Amino acid sequence: MSLLEIKDLHATVGEREILKGIDLTVEAGEVHAIMGPNGSGKSTLAQVLAGRELYAVTGGTVTYEGKDLLEMSPEDRAREGIFLAFQYPVEIPGVSNMYFLKAALNTIRKNRGLEELDAFDFLNIVREKMKLMDMDQTLLNRPVNTGFSGGEKKRNEIFQMAVLEPRLAVLDETDSGLDIDALKLVAHGVNTMRAPERSMIVVTHYQRLLDYIVPDFVHVLADGRIVKSGGKELALQLEKEGYAGMGIADEEEAVGKL
Amino acid sequence: MTAVAKQLGEWLVDFTMQAPAAPWLQALREAAFHRFTELGFPTTHNEEWRFTSVAPIARTNFRVLGSPAPDLPEAAQKHLAKYASIGHPFVALNTAFLGAVTVHHVPAGAIVEQPIEIVYEVADQPGPVAIQPRTLILVGANAQCSIVEAYRGAGRYFTNAVTEIVAGEGAIVDHYKIQRESDQAFHVATMAVQLGRSANFTAHSIALGGALVRNEVNVVLSGGTEATLNGLYIVNGTQHVDNHTSIDHAKPHGTSHELYKGILDGKASAVFNGRIIVRKDAQKTDSKQTNKNLVLSDEAVIDTKPELQILSDDVRCTHGATIGQLDSEAMFYLRSRGIGKEEARNLLTYAFAQDIVDRIKVRELRDQLERVLFEKFHEHGQH
Repeated sequence: MSLLEIKDLHATVGEREILKGIDLTVEAGEVHAIMGPNGSGKSTLAQVLAGRELYAVTGGTVTYEGKDLLEMSPEDRAREGIFLAFQYPVEIPGVSNMYFLKAALNTIRKNRGLEELDAFDFLNIVREKMKLMDMDQTLLNRPVNTGFSGGEKKRNEIFQMAVLEPRLAVLDETDSGLDIDALKLVAHGVNTMRAPERSMIVVTHYQRLLDYIVPDFVHVLADGRIVKSGGKELALQLEKEGYAGMGIADEEEAVGKL
Repeated sequence: MTAVAKQLGEWLVDFTMQAPAAPWLQALREAAFHRFTELGFPTTHNEEWRFTSVAPIARTNFRVLGSPAPDLPEAAQKHLAKYASIGHPFVALNTAFLGAVTVHHVPAGAIVEQPIEIVYEVADQPGPVAIQPRTLILVGANAQCSIVEAYRGAGRYFTNAVTEIVAGEGAIVDHYKIQRESDQAFHVATMAVQLGRSANFTAHSIALGGALVRNEVNVVLSGGTEATLNGLYIVNGTQHVDNHTSIDHAKPHGTSHELYKGILDGKASAVFNGRIIVRKDAQKTDSKQTNKNLVLSDEAVIDTKPELQILSDDVRCTHGATIGQLDSEAMFYLRSRGIGKEEARNLLTYAFAQDIVDRIKVRELRDQLERVLFEKFHEHGQH
């Protein structure tokens, strides 16, 4: 049984169809990169997998560990081991990072049949993971993402992933807006988490991230469909030729050439 | 007309049955009652009461729980009933039944470390009763104190409170009002605050209980005075809470900050009316008013209205009101981490109130309120 099996997935927002038939199978332990120009549907796919209600799934199936993922609420998906690292992590003033993460971890642990952690044990886990992400401990007492820099927000996402230990992590443009040092740090965090039972879907616009997080498979998404799949060398080809070289329109590249 | 006469008639019986008081007090009561008979209970035709019908109060035959009038110190006599005007029908009613007065006098220069606690509590008893709590706080020049006024009770009753606060030059006063009346109670409260030059006054008004609530905070500033009004109202079921505030910049260089936040659920309704007056010679006034509302149900109603009367030209006045629902992105973010829908909703609701709670400097009070809010927002949750 595959960990994740997406078949002919269609999704719309409002009247507009964004995903136009996605097929993707992810086995345990694999890292899949999904690349594509802006507007190709990369982020939509990531959010649909996490259960964002903004998008309506109009066709196809998604099976996760043999279960119908689309039937599950976002919280149930998280409890079953799915984690989305947000492209734009949400600021939540008034809710401390610590309270938030402890509540999240304990619900997920409960679902796995593990005991809930008390504040002491929780802090021990968290300290270790913060070290991994080179994060300042004072961030724990601050409200969730509030007043964080762009880089801090992205690091916080990977830090949360390290604490929650998902089975399937979906990283939505975790590299965007990061300088090279921050990118290396984030990639190091992600690589540390690679394990035979853990799979990842890494969504990105640029090949750069894939120098540090080396994928097993690369898929190119264009206009709501996967148009090309291959090994890690596909990312390099894309880097060399650009989306246009593959016959894919990219707004950003077009602007770049003006 | 006959209806009005009937209402007043019942109050008249209780009024005439009061134990006699010292001549000065008797005169005060009579003038107030006379005024009350002229004014009657306000109706929604009165602009000040447009969104709040006090008909349920007017219709009910309350038994007034009077209290014997003690001798008041001369200083207190001098200030009593000078700031809360009997032009207001409920102030007139309170003054007509003026009995015991809770008086606290902080002498000039004194620094009172412990908060002054005042509790008005109504025990459950047969028949609806009315109480008329009266509080007078006198804070001398450069003195410093904090006051906690708490209202609570059981059963069906009517609290009609009047509080007057006079703060001298340079005084620093922190006032907290914690209203946790029973869910059947009527609560009308008028607070009149007179601030001296360069005084610094902060009011925190927390409204959690009551079926029908009107809460007025009226502050008059002098030169260089700083006034901060914080408010939090949380309503559910069929509760109605009306907050009326008035900040009167009477002299130049005054600063006022106002932040009222409301959380509305069920079929509850709330009113925020924030009046800011900048008098003609109150130049260099700096005033900021904000009212934010979180509406959790389709049936809850909020009426929010700023009322600026600016008669001076060199001033800075800003005001803003927001009415919103829970942020769907924040909801999704929390849920995507495994936090259940109900708990995510509770967490965000609690977070909305957090900054008002954080402004409470009396630690025990802040802890107590945090507990109350936590329970309130988790009562349907998984905890």
